[in-house]
Amino acid sequence: MNRICLYCNSEWVPPFSWAVFFTAEVPEYLCPDCKERLERITGKTCGICGRPLEHLDAKYVSGNICYDCVRWEEDPEWKGVLRENRSLYLYNAFLKELISRFKFRGDYALAKAFAEDVKQAVNRLDYDVLAPIPLSGERHYERGFNQSEALLVEAGFKPAPLLERIHGEKQSKKSRTERIRLKQVFRVKKEADVAGKKILLVDDIYTTGSTLRHAAKALKEAGARSVSSFTLARG
Amino acid sequence: MRFAVIEDKLVPAPLLTGDVPTFPISSIDHFREKLPLNPNFIPNPDLKNLLTGKQLLPDDVPHSLEELYAHYENGFLIFRKGLILEKKKARCRRCGNSDPRLFASYPCFRCGEKCLYCRKCLMMGRISACTPLISWREEGDGGLVENGRSPQTGRSSGMGPLLQKPSSVSETSHLFESKSAFYESVSSFSKMQPSSSGNQLSVLETQPSASEKGPSKNHLDIGNQPSRSENHPSSEKRASPSQKQPSAPENRLSYSEDKPSGSHDLSPVSLVWDGTLSPGQKAASDKVVEAIAANDELLVWAVCGAGKTEVLFAGIERALKDGKRVCIATPRTDVVLELTPRLKKVFPGIKVASLYGGSEDRHLNAPLTLSTTHQLLRFYKAFDTVILDEVDAFPYTVEEALQHAVRKARKDESAMIYLTATPNRTWQRECRAGKRAYVTIPARYHRHPLPVPRPVWCGNWQKLLGKNKLPANVLKWLNERIAAQKQVLLFVPKIAVLEKILPILRRLHPDIEAVHAEDPDRKEKVHRMRDKKLLMLVTTTILERGVTFPNIDVAVLGAEDRIFTESALVQIAGRAGRSARYPKGDVVFFHYGRTEAMNKARKQILAMNKEAAEKGLIDPEE
Ligand SMILES: [Zn+2]
Ligand SMILES: [Zn+2]
Ligand SMILES: [Zn+2]
Ligand SMILES: [Zn+2]
Repeated sequence: MNRICLYCNSEWVPPFSWAVFFTAEVPEYLCPDCKERLERITGKTCGICGRPLEHLDAKYVSGNICYDCVRWEEDPEWKGVLRENRSLYLYNAFLKELISRFKFRGDYALAKAFAEDVKQAVNRLDYDVLAPIPLSGERHYERGFNQSEALLVEAGFKPAPLLERIHGEKQSKKSRTERIRLKQVFRVKKEADVAGKKILLVDDIYTTGSTLRHAAKALKEAGARSVSSFTLARG
Repeated sequence: MRFAVIEDKLVPAPLLTGDVPTFPISSIDHFREKLPLNPNFIPNPDLKNLLTGKQLLPDDVPHSLEELYAHYENGFLIFRKGLILEKKKARCRRCGNSDPRLFASYPCFRCGEKCLYCRKCLMMGRISACTPLISWREEGDGGLVENGRSPQTGRSSGMGPLLQKPSSVSETSHLFESKSAFYESVSSFSKMQPSSSGNQLSVLETQPSASEKGPSKNHLDIGNQPSRSENHPSSEKRASPSQKQPSAPENRLSYSEDKPSGSHDLSPVSLVWDGTLSPGQKAASDKVVEAIAANDELLVWAVCGAGKTEVLFAGIERALKDGKRVCIATPRTDVVLELTPRLKKVFPGIKVASLYGGSEDRHLNAPLTLSTTHQLLRFYKAFDTVILDEVDAFPYTVEEALQHAVRKARKDESAMIYLTATPNRTWQRECRAGKRAYVTIPARYHRHPLPVPRPVWCGNWQKLLGKNKLPANVLKWLNERIAAQKQVLLFVPKIAVLEKILPILRRLHPDIEAVHAEDPDRKEKVHRMRDKKLLMLVTTTILERGVTFPNIDVAVLGAEDRIFTESALVQIAGRAGRSARYPKGDVVFFHYGRTEAMNKARKQILAMNKEAAEKGLIDPEE
């Protein structure tokens, strides 16, 4: 049967394979051309943020930790707040377009394109609770859905809404230091039970790590045992 | 957003006071899209200007919900369902999509339900089951409601159970719904072959609801088109700016208040253009004028390089002089950008709106609008004349959506001009069978025949590419051009082939580049080719139309690929021999298996050359 690519709409015929008779078939949502343009993160990565170290100048790496993470860890306020981050793909031009259609245009169906990879990656991680990064009420209304939650739901997981936003979230224009200094972006919901739990935060992109660390901090302060994170893309 | 229905009237949930059940708009079986006009209500002119002839999403309308609702309650604003949900099928009212593969659903924060949305027109803003489409009431239809005339119940056949259900609503408003619903069904009937306006009328007349066309049409004639009776000889092409029509100012005054503020102002319409039309262009131009004056449909089948833009000038002038709103729609932004200054130049003093993704004219109401076909999705019964360029530029399914967009943007009484160098099979058949009004321009303005493509078998080229080699005859053909320093445009079926072949070709000569759709340097490379700084440009079908280089040979490698349709191949062949100085050029389809598309493309070109020779539009070859 011909398939239609979720992203580029082109039709393609999946190559015949005996495997489909023996294993449950995993539906492919992207055509081979699009699939090929997603770059999986492989090889040596930063022990904390999951950034590929391969093309990074040696002077920006200390041991197996990248310079950005070294700076975070040097700050006593942030040390150890985020245990580790793992990301699936490089945030290349193609993924940028894909994600922007997914969350800004609101093309929810695209979450399916990542579902299988997300499922496998998350299953390899160690956690008790999956917590998507929340949107502000205004932004949530605008988009109609929360993209991090969508990634999890479509991959078959049950996310727990542990957090809520305190302020609005227009932060892309702020500099890194400004972002780090921002106090109290998230708070743990009253009814959420996080004490002693290993929590895995989920977001679409890891750029500076600031959003995830703020969320992690709120969770740690509420008694979480550890906080790690998973993102679709590593910017 | 969710709505309650109180006495068949919509009430948005945030404005509700009591505890009333609410629903996403698409799940409401029956409500009044439009309420009777309250003549004492003073509408907001900004809102009127924004919404006239449009269908927008709430997110596109920067007014408060309270204000929008007040305009609805007083009959000025219309709420329509964005999606129509029938038993098992959904249909998008903006783009006409009803392909289940192009709908998806999501847990919607706005309506709190699993909400279906259209993926086909997503780029224009998401339409989902809880999204209303917002329009202004059509001009000239106020009288009917105000007079309280109540024609017989309009039993529309179109919408199925939704609207046929008997109801307690006043018949008048019921009728309005069935009318718009009816139009929808007419257009969904005639997918791919938009019915002529004559056709629509004859269907309409058999419907009881046709009776309401009478008064509203009269109203239009009296109010809006006084200059129709004026007689402007269409051959008068060089009207000088001083040549004003004596009666025009009066006429304009009499209807200008009736029009949205963007419509014609008092400046006279005059065409300022001192070019001349070839005999082929002239014949087509006259037909275009006729079709526009009579609100007919016409297909202009003009070969690549015929000079089709000039053919429109007289018709546009005629329409503008008649106080009509004209839209030229084309699939490509490049074309909008290129045409805008040209048209501003030949119609000085006429406001021109230029619409494409991200353009600033988005809310400008102008007598002459240039738009990408996508942007047309925002319009609703807005234009008296629509000229659609490159009808064939996209594959079938996309084309269907664009046809829908065009139909929605037209007024009920309007002219439709299609322009293409390569009509699809159905249209070609209809033309031959006399079922479609058309005019051909079979020759280029420079009076030389079109270069005829030569299909040449080149064996399993993909296998050779895998070994970093080219088929011997392809290599020979390329080397001959390189030796002669003749520029070449080489088409390949896929980006992957492009990437594979470029290093091989660069071993032959360094000045070779490759472009594809997402290449950020596309424009710059095309420029370098035009400046002769490149000897060869390798491309996917992205350059099949639009670009012209004066003196090139053209080859396709892998012409058997499905992507090279008949029309793609005709367009590709049409890249050669464009300029009067170099009217010839070699066109070769290198293939591994001759296809029907290749044969048909060749046949089409031969037929055009034959017709041109018979009509004396080309000079005999020496
Ligand atoms: Zn694809
Ligand atoms: Zn790091
Ligand atoms: Zn749609
Ligand atoms: Zn909804």
